Amino acid sequence: MIIKQLSIFIENETGRLAMVTQLLASNNINISALSVADTKEFGILRLIVSDPDKAVEMLRKEGVSVSLTNVMCLSVAHCPGTLAKALKVLSECRISVEYMYAFAVGEKASTIFKVNDIEKAIQCLEKSNLEVLKAEEVYKFNK
Amino acid sequence: MIWNEHIECMDREQLRQIQSDNLIDMVSRVYHNVPFYRKKMQELGLEPGDIKSVDDLYKLPFTTKQDLRDNYPYGMFAVPMSEIVRIHASSGTTGSPTVVGYTRKDLAIWQEVMARTLTSAGVKRNDFIQVAYGYGLFTGGLGVHYGSETVGATVIPISGGNTKKQIKLLQDFGSTVIACTPSYALYLAEAIEESGIKKEDLKLRTGIFGAEQWTPNMRKEIESKLGIKAYDIFGLSEIIGPGVSYECAEQNGLHINEDHFIPEILDTNTLKPLPNGSMGELAFTTVTKQGLPIIRYRTRDLTRLNDEKCECGRTLVRMEKCMGRSDDMLIIRGVNVFPTQIESVLLEMNETKPHYLLIVDRLNNLDTLEVWVEVDQNLFSDEVKKLEDLSAKIKFNLKSALGISVKVKLVEPKTIERSEGKAKRVIDKRNRR
Repeated sequence: MIIKQLSIFIENETGRLAMVTQLLASNNINISALSVADTKEFGILRLIVSDPDKAVEMLRKEGVSVSLTNVMCLSVAHCPGTLAKALKVLSECRISVEYMYAFAVGEKASTIFKVNDIEKAIQCLEKSNLEVLKAEEVYKFNK
Repeated sequence: MIWNEHIECMDREQLRQIQSDNLIDMVSRVYHNVPFYRKKMQELGLEPGDIKSVDDLYKLPFTTKQDLRDNYPYGMFAVPMSEIVRIHASSGTTGSPTVVGYTRKDLAIWQEVMARTLTSAGVKRNDFIQVAYGYGLFTGGLGVHYGSETVGATVIPISGGNTKKQIKLLQDFGSTVIACTPSYALYLAEAIEESGIKKEDLKLRTGIFGAEQWTPNMRKEIESKLGIKAYDIFGLSEIIGPGVSYECAEQNGLHINEDHFIPEILDTNTLKPLPNGSMGELAFTTVTKQGLPIIRYRTRDLTRLNDEKCECGRTLVRMEKCMGRSDDMLIIRGVNVFPTQIESVLLEMNETKPHYLLIVDRLNNLDTLEVWVEVDQNLFSDEVKKLEDLSAKIKFNLKSALGISVKVKLVEPKTIERSEGKAKRVIDKRNRR
């Protein structure tokens, strides 16, 4: 259930995203989710990739500041009220969301959560019959 | 105009005799009163009697800023504290500041050398001098202040900053002379321009500028913008403060008050004295000071000396404007900054030493310091707020350590160029104008 997310420090400058994504591509690492948190001067690139351990090893070798962060992925029906319900569950369990990013297309909507207590968060969501994706499901890609 | 024609225009042989007499007296005083110097001389097998004239100066040990720090605060004073009537301290801040102490006689020497300095720039008793150097532990404000009073000028002790008020007093009090750092003079000139005041409406005609390096271009800019003649002054607190050397109307080097402060130029590698005219590190020996006499103080400033008689009539040796240093010290807004200070701040915040780069520039005529810090694995956090906190913390710690505000920029690893494995630490854009 716990997904290892890559967090990468990049300067807020043209070409930096291209550089990182190219490195991943040339190592045959797939990206299944991505978000950028940015300030005026720098950004943190957050990625869910097919092989996080390999990606970290490779990026560090290239001198990139990268760390692994535990996150989870919620999967809900692509219709009104589903995310609200999940967030209500989390809030009732006193889980605070540090950041999240989401995307919905077709039948399903997926949300990546970084929370203060991931084990508890997964328990609470599953108890309320909400679907938390397995790590392998998120890492998988079409060859 | 000359304040003390007897000394300032003295025959050089006669001056040398005065220097020798004072040197002999000073060496005996420090040998008997300052354990630091006695130990150093004993290590060299020297006794006070071995110093018979200025020719023997080279036999004496050097003094460095570190020596003053090691003996913080009063360890190198040569008189009982009851004789000390004033303390100043340098802005340098690695660990302890350097503390200097003055007896009543030392203050009189200071007034004398500052009176020569100001008179040489044409300051007279009917002048109004606005002293916009900082007052306090820094020697600039009070040094110029008492020198001006000695000359008999009317002192306006406004101290540094508060540009609006500076401009108001320039107008209302009819200041004819301003004393401040050259970068502040330029800043002030632009503020005057912006406020719509014409330089012709001010009575200002002379500027006394020092405490930081400035280029000939800056001089031209200050002179044209303020409509004044700008004079360079040189000094350091370890020697006395402002008043070590000064420009005359010829502006062809700075005359050293060498009856009090004997200059030497040292080879930067061997530290052997070099003949006049050679470029090297400037060192001073204070021969008349009582409170804190200093032997062969290494200033780290690079310059050369010229002992030909000046067109102005003075015979006092001239030093060229210092334009470089033999160490990596930076002077930013008049404050001494060593890259190693920044290094130790960063080291305290991290297990390993991060790579950093200092970018010094002059923006709107004020020195700026930007510190780039590479965000390595240890510093990195997944959360924006933690990185922002890190940046703010570095900024705060640097401000506490250096005493000046810096801009901090977090950059990616390997951003800072390395040559032969060693990173370049400083880019100073100020002297490129």
